[in-house]
Amino acid sequence: MSAVLDNTGLATAEPSAVVAFTPRPPVLRNNALMDALFRHLTRFFAFAVFSLLAAILVSLVVGSLPSLRKFGLGFLTSASWDPVRQDFGALVPIYGTLLTSGIALAIAIPVSFGISVFLTELSPVWLRRPLGTAIEMLAAIPSIIYGMWGLFVFAPVFQEHVQPSLVHVLGSVPGLGILVSGPAMGIGMLSAGIILAIMVIPFITAVMRDVFELVPAMLKESAYGLGSTTWEVVWRVVLPYTKVGVIGGIMLGLGRALGETMAVTFVIGNAHDFSLSLFMPGNSIASALANEFTEAVGDVYTSALIELGLILFLITTIVLACSKLLLLRLSRGEGTRA
Amino acid sequence: MMALSAVALAFGLFWLAWILGELLWEGAAALRPSLFFRMTPAPGSDGGLANAILGSILMAGAGTLIGTPVGILAGTYLAEYGQRGWLTPATRFINDVLLSAPSIVIGLFVYSVYVARVKHFSGWSGAFALAIIVVPVVVRTTDDMLKLVPNSLREAAVALGCPTWKMITMVSYRAAKAGIVTGILLAVARIAGETAPLLFTALNNQFWSADLNRPMANLPVVIFQFAMSPYDDWHRLAWGGAALITLFVLALNIAARSFFRRK
Repeated sequence: MSAVLDNTGLATAEPSAVVAFTPRPPVLRNNALMDALFRHLTRFFAFAVFSLLAAILVSLVVGSLPSLRKFGLGFLTSASWDPVRQDFGALVPIYGTLLTSGIALAIAIPVSFGISVFLTELSPVWLRRPLGTAIEMLAAIPSIIYGMWGLFVFAPVFQEHVQPSLVHVLGSVPGLGILVSGPAMGIGMLSAGIILAIMVIPFITAVMRDVFELVPAMLKESAYGLGSTTWEVVWRVVLPYTKVGVIGGIMLGLGRALGETMAVTFVIGNAHDFSLSLFMPGNSIASALANEFTEAVGDVYTSALIELGLILFLITTIVLACSKLLLLRLSRGEGTRA
Repeated sequence: MMALSAVALAFGLFWLAWILGELLWEGAAALRPSLFFRMTPAPGSDGGLANAILGSILMAGAGTLIGTPVGILAGTYLAEYGQRGWLTPATRFINDVLLSAPSIVIGLFVYSVYVARVKHFSGWSGAFALAIIVVPVVVRTTDDMLKLVPNSLREAAVALGCPTWKMITMVSYRAAKAGIVTGILLAVARIAGETAPLLFTALNNQFWSADLNRPMANLPVVIFQFAMSPYDDWHRLAWGGAALITLFVLALNIAARSFFRRK
């Protein structure tokens, strides 16, 4: 070995005899191998999860190529759905999906807000966990149960007691009368929207509860100290502080409502007709897929349905990604808010 | 305002009580022992849900067995090895998106990738679809639970000369055991009621079949078929199956929560 210069400028001989190569004992070699193996194994599965989203996207695009080639962009605006002449259009399913999700959010947002405010500000501490668990049980009930209950229990009650009153109240109002036109059958867009609202309430409530609890107690206590009422504290202190998180939670609920299949399939009526009335049956993307996929004959039919699935996947992925970004922004911003 | 938010809470609880009440009321008539021992009948004759229950158990079991190791190992990477680099934040983000993705799209994915290739429906494709639903749940809970393990435990193990893989399996996993098991139970509760991914992967089967390579009967799709039909005895069986699934799912949820809280 060559002599090494240390910083005093004097040459010192490297103790080469001491650092002569000693063979590592077998257990240390095995551990190094196992370490590398374990690390690569876990990294492989993490990468698999990472690429799953892209894999689903690619497989949906490949499956919808025949339909994409045949219909192009006109698929999104065409309201026809004719398996005999192989002419398909996504307007009715997309409209149904967006309308039912919109109705669901319109009902679920105020209710979830009310429940979260109650659970974080107003309820006694011993009552919080049982009530919170009860609301989360709504999320645990499988979607097909909601569908069955909606068809057999909710729809008849809705038809006999609620729909006539809606027609009575709104039927003669000039602009809104068209929303309640058509036969009142108990099923339809409005019923599907209401059942979706019940399904989505626990998700929005859970996120709202979490973000409401992030508000520093000092902020709330300062507001109370200045003489605010509970409502003023919630509306003027808690909500502005957490508005990013609240919007993230709402978008999470929207993402769930857009993809809901079985509950909607039972009560939406499954008709490929476009109608402005809320009582008329319609179709959502998920219910069209659930009803027709196993019976689809021919490449174009199957591929049109897969293209519907692709549209749904893209919409929900964008909505859920935005929701996640908003919630990340809130959790990163806590403690640094002006 | 207090009154309004209490009204909102009562509104939410009202639906829960109504749904559970109706389920128990209608399903109680059908929850007899014959439900578990007789096959799904043709309309007009009496029967049970035995083949559907067996099929659901087999596919949920296979799906959990496939999805759980994938989920735990991926979650381990995120929590233990993921301090630097791009893979961990990206995977956490994508995992959370997948957690809420529509399950019917996952059924479409398994259809395009597997069923269209082998040209027949099978219990295995149903199990794969359920496994894809299990994975994000298990990844999320494993990641969260392993992050809760205090670093001092890990440092103590490494200071005593423990290699990393042994430290993870013997210290981290043991410390987070309760949480990971809770995650698996919650994933099972989730796939027990999933219908959409099974609609065009496992299809359905009228007869008794334990062959995972053939179309397989399963409780949710049988309930779907029976409920949408015009026959009263099929409706009764559908309510019985619905009550069965709901009781199972709620029991699993409550068990998972109390198990986690006790440990």
